[in-house]
Order: sequence, then C-alpha cells, then structure tokens
Amino acid sequence: MRLKSTLENYIFVLPATFIFLIFYLIPFIWVFQLGMYEWDGILPTKVFVGLGNFKEILLQDRIWWQSMLQAGYITFIALTFQNAIAFLLAWACDREMRLKNFYRVIFFIPPVLSEVVVGLVWQWILDGHYGLLNGWLVKLGFPCLVKNWLSDPTTALTTVAIVHSWKGFGWGFLIFLAGLQTIPRELYEAARVDGANAWSCFKKVTIPLMIPVAVMVAMLTVLGTMQAFVLIIAMTGGGPAYHTQVPVLRILASMRGSSRFGYACAQGISFGVILVVISFIQYRFSKHSRQA
Amino acid sequence: MSVIATQLRRKKESAWQILRPLAIPAVFLFFIFSLAGCSSGKKAGPATVVTVWHWMTDREPAFQELAKKYEGLTGVRVDFELYAPSDAYSQKVRAAAQGVNLPDVFGILGEKRDFASFVKAGHILNLTPYMEEDEASWKKSFFAKALAVNEFNEGNSYSVKPGIYGVPIDIMTIEMLYNKDLFKQLGLNPNDPPRTFAEFLEIGRKIKAANLQGLVSGWGEVWMIDCLANNYAFNIMGKDKVLKTIKGEVPYTDPDWIQVLTLFKDMQEAGVFSSGLVTMINKNAEQLFANDKAVFAFNGSWCVNVYKGMNPRLSYAAMLPPKASDKYPMSIWGGAGSSFMINGRSKNKEAAVEFLKWLTARDQQVYLSEATMNLPANKECLNKIPEILDEFADDMELSTHPSTWGISESPQVIEALDKGIQSIIIGEKTPQQIAQEVAQVKARELAKQR
Repeated sequence: MRLKSTLENYIFVLPATFIFLIFYLIPFIWVFQLGMYEWDGILPTKVFVGLGNFKEILLQDRIWWQSMLQAGYITFIALTFQNAIAFLLAWACDREMRLKNFYRVIFFIPPVLSEVVVGLVWQWILDGHYGLLNGWLVKLGFPCLVKNWLSDPTTALTTVAIVHSWKGFGWGFLIFLAGLQTIPRELYEAARVDGANAWSCFKKVTIPLMIPVAVMVAMLTVLGTMQAFVLIIAMTGGGPAYHTQVPVLRILASMRGSSRFGYACAQGISFGVILVVISFIQYRFSKHSRQA
Repeated sequence: MSVIATQLRRKKESAWQILRPLAIPAVFLFFIFSLAGCSSGKKAGPATVVTVWHWMTDREPAFQELAKKYEGLTGVRVDFELYAPSDAYSQKVRAAAQGVNLPDVFGILGEKRDFASFVKAGHILNLTPYMEEDEASWKKSFFAKALAVNEFNEGNSYSVKPGIYGVPIDIMTIEMLYNKDLFKQLGLNPNDPPRTFAEFLEIGRKIKAANLQGLVSGWGEVWMIDCLANNYAFNIMGKDKVLKTIKGEVPYTDPDWIQVLTLFKDMQEAGVFSSGLVTMINKNAEQLFANDKAVFAFNGSWCVNVYKGMNPRLSYAAMLPPKASDKYPMSIWGGAGSSFMINGRSKNKEAAVEFLKWLTARDQQVYLSEATMNLPANKECLNKIPEILDEFADDMELSTHPSTWGISESPQVIEALDKGIQSIIIGEKTPQQIAQEVAQVKARELAKQR
C-alpha cells in the first residue's frame, strides 16, 4: 500500500521532473560542457580546450571586462536615478491626489512597450541631425548643447543608461507602490498624534518599512540591467567603437560574429557566476537589513 | 491537530479517488504528445515538395510567383519559407544544421569559414557534376565572380573538397553613390564624380561649409567599414600584400596599413562623413540618402530597390571609391549577393537541382531582376536590366570578395580593425594606435592557430 502510494506520487511528479530535465538541467549541463570546447556551432567535431576559454576570458579578453564595467555603470544609474524616480512617483501616487489612477497607468506604459520600438524611437529623438532633442535645444536657446548623443563617446553610455532607466522605472514604481500600500495607515495617524510632521513620518515610518521592498527592487534592477541588451542593440549596436558594449552583446558577438560557440558558452557561465555572486551579496544584505 | 490531519487526509484520498482513473492516462498522453512534438513533423502530401528557406523579404513575392509558375509547369511544389530578419534566419539555419533537419534548399549567411563548416559537416551537396553536365552549360551561364564565391578551389585553406557548392541567385557590388541634386547645390558637375582622394576631400570641405551631411552608410553594423577599408587596402598595397597580412606575413603596423587607417582620419577631418555615422544602421543610412539628406552613400547594389521604394524621384549615380593611390587599381566588393545551397542529406536532391536550374535560367532571372531590382547572376540577361543597375554591373570586373581569396581573416581581427576605425572617426585614437591594437589581436589569433 505504502509502495503504491509512493509510486503514485512519483507518477504525478514525473511530468514536472521531465520538463525540468529537458528545459533546465540538460541545457545547463550542456552549456557548461560546451564552455570547455572550441566549436563553431556547425561542425560535428569539437576541440576540447579544458579551461582555456575561461582563461582567455579572465586574462586576455579586455573588451569583455570593459563591457562588464559598462553594464555596471548602467546598473549604477538604474539603481540610483531610476529607482529614486520610481520611489518618488510611487510615493506621490500613494497619497491622496487627483488623477492618481491615471498616473499609475501612464507610469507603467514604458515597461510594457517593446524594447526594440523604444530603442528606435529614442534613436530618432536623439539623432544628431534631425533629432527632436537637438531641435528643442536650439529652439530653447541652447545650441551649444547640441550633440550627437549616441555617437559621441562621452555621452553614448550615459544616454543609453538614461533611456534604459526611463524604460525600466515602471517596474520599480509598481513594486514600491504595492509596498507603500501595505504600510498600515494607523502608523501615520499615531505618528501625527505624537506630533510628527510629514517629513518625520516619511523618515521614521515610510523609509524603515520600505527597506525590504527597496532591497528587492535593487536585486531585480541589478539582475535585469546587467542582462540588458535589446535596447542597446536598437540604439547604438554597442558602438561607437566599444563604448556601449555590455556582456550579453559580447556573448552574441562571440556566437554570431566569431562563430565561437564554446567561448560564448564560457562567457555565459562566467557572467552567470558573477550575477549569482552579486545576488548572494544582495541577499545577505537584505537579510541583514530585515534583521536590523 | 489530529482531527485536522485526518480531515485533510480524507480530502486528499477523496480527491485521489476522483483523479486516479484519469492520472495514468494523463501521464501516458503527456509522453505520447511529448514524443509527437519531437518528431520530424513531416506530413503526407504531393509526390515532390521542395522546401526552400530564405531571408530575402524583398524577394518573397517574386519567389512565390515563380514557385506557382514552376508547379504549373512541372507539378513539383516549391515551398518558399521566409525567416527574417537575417540574424534570426542565420540562427535558424545553424540550429537546423545541429539538429540535422535542414530543408532541401537553403542559403548561408556568414563568412566562407562558416560555409566550409557546413560543407565539411555534410550539409551541402557538391554541385560540380550538375554544373559540368551538357558541356558545363549551367556553369557557363553565371558570372565567373558570382560562381567563385560558391566555389572551393584545389588546396583551399579550409580543407574542403574542391567543387562548386552553391548556386548564385543574384549578384551585388558595393560602391559609392552620390546625390546629383546635392552635387548641383554644391556647385559641382553632377556627371563628374570625384576620381581621386584629393578631389573627394575637397568635396568633403564643401559639404562641411554648406552644412550638409556627407557620407552615410551602415557603419554601426561594422562589416561595411571593413569593406571600404579593404577597398583602400587593395588600392594602396595590392591584393598580394593584403593576403600576406591575413596569413600573418605582413603586420598591421606596416606603413601601408597605417596609410589605409589614416584615410579615415582624413575623411573625418575634411567633413566627408555624416555625423553619427559610427552608430548608423544601414536602414537609416538608406533613408537619409533616399530623402536627399546626404551627399554620398556607401551601399550595395541591393539599394536600387530600396531607394526606389523610398523615393522614386531620387536622382543619383554610382561611382567607384576615389583612388588614394595609383600603384594598384581600386577594387570593390562584389560577387554573389545571395546563393542557394542544396541539402546534402535531402531526399529531393534531384528535384532541388532541377528547380535551381530553372530559377537561374534566363527568363526567370530577368523576371527576378525586374521585380526586385537586383543584378542577375545569369550573365545572359544583362542587356535587360535597368540603367542604374547597369552602372553597378559595369564595375563587376573590378570586384573582389573575401569569399574568393581562399583564406579568411579571423573575426576577432576584423572586429578590432572595424571598431578601431570607428575610434579613429570619433577622434578617440590615432591610426598608429589602432594599427598596434589590431596587430596585438592578430598575434594572439596566430598564436592560437599554432
């Protein structure tokens, strides 16, 4: 009877296990295995290079580390600028204000738009010759600020980072808003009875209770932004030169441009390890902040 | 607690009583459907169906029309399946190659190295016997340069068995184009394009003074930079020295290579280039040129159809990139634009060969050329093509293509060179610095080969 019950349980688990094996575990093992080969993705034969690909990434691939730093810079802008805007807007929408539902919808429009479309529209807005931004700068009397925003190495990365923040702040807004709505109103009322003004309420009630939410938003922002690439392809293609290259673009370049599938897999694994380490640090920080 | 546990167990048991008759068949069906999903998906149908995969969005209606005509003539159905954009197509073909389920006919996008890998993996049929039939009549119908792109010669560096492995459908050349109306606006003769590099730079200065946009091209996609850089490398140092560089016998720090790189710096300083050129995709470049917003374009002969669609009144002409040296002739990239290959494992090999023979025959090539404004691969129909295409065809003799060199430069070196030229254009690095950087990448790649 017990054996039968166990068997029945396994039968129920089998489809999920099957899917997990086929779509998660086997591809993961295969990618790890491919990372140790030199393979062009077409020939049936692969050349075993051991940890050679990983060594090349670590010691010789300067562009890979440059792309990592650039992704870090975009992530830094997203963590600060994007999340600050998301929080402030969520805080504003959480208060009693007119048309707050309208604003909630408006702020969530950018994230649901296609990244390619957003990239192309912003490329058009930021175009050096016929772009709306430069047109407005001239009309407003600032012709000295006119630039080729996406082709100038001094502005390309920051411009891409700001557009990415514009595209992504809606997610943070939504999560922050949900977090703000879970704070019991009684806490604010009690604080006011005790003589707290709006700033004190914000500092002593809102901010401490929102820390776990902020940590979660930060984790999602880091993971999402480090892996961003569609918007960048649409806006700059990773140029000028290597100035807007990010890790996923380098992986694509290894796979499509150089036909180095093994090396691309090794890059993917290295990148995955870095993301896991970052997530782990954030998780520890989140745990610590919750305990505090 | 125990009461709750008992109730839960009872509920679980009663749910199980209901679900049990369904559970085993459900799991069984899941496996059946999973296995069915993994099957080849081939359906019973007419006697012969030739499946063709391609990426050419602009040629799809013409291909469908020809397929209909072919079925009417022979009873053989040809299914053209379009997968666009080209990046997605390329991935699909590679994935199909890995899964050994390529269609009967397909095209390969990529370098000769990739083409060679497909051949060596047995995915492509050697067409030499078919080409040589009837006193090589099929082979003779093509432009030699179009066929050369699909050919592997004796002793090729890819270790591929010599032979012809692809059928050119159309051909292309990549040249400079200039806008005749903007030439007039600059006070230049619209029928006298610049022939020397000094004249070209002089026009660049005029463009800058008139606050117009100069050359536009898809240099954000980098391979077109490589194309112009190679044109000038051939002009300055000749083919042999370029090939010696690829073999590693001449360094990229050679003065001739530095001269090639310096040309880009000179063009930038003179005002030849449009602003934003280094991140421009070719579609945007085509829009700017077609709408009279740029004086020059660097584009392939496929652009004739694109410009016609964007602005039928555009007045322009093709010209060779102005010569920077008199030592060697100016070369441009040209040869097969698009080719089809036959799956070496296909059951419909013979039918596919017959279809491609028909598709590349004179009448079908004229139809394709008229419908898509591309240069035909069949040289017998050149007298039937539009005037602007004729200008591109005239320079076919000067064309060369990396696929015909018998040796390929490493993609990492190409990337370093192309990105380096972008750095020169944006004024970030000097030609000497880029030459050093490219030489370092080349040394690393050569060390790997050893």
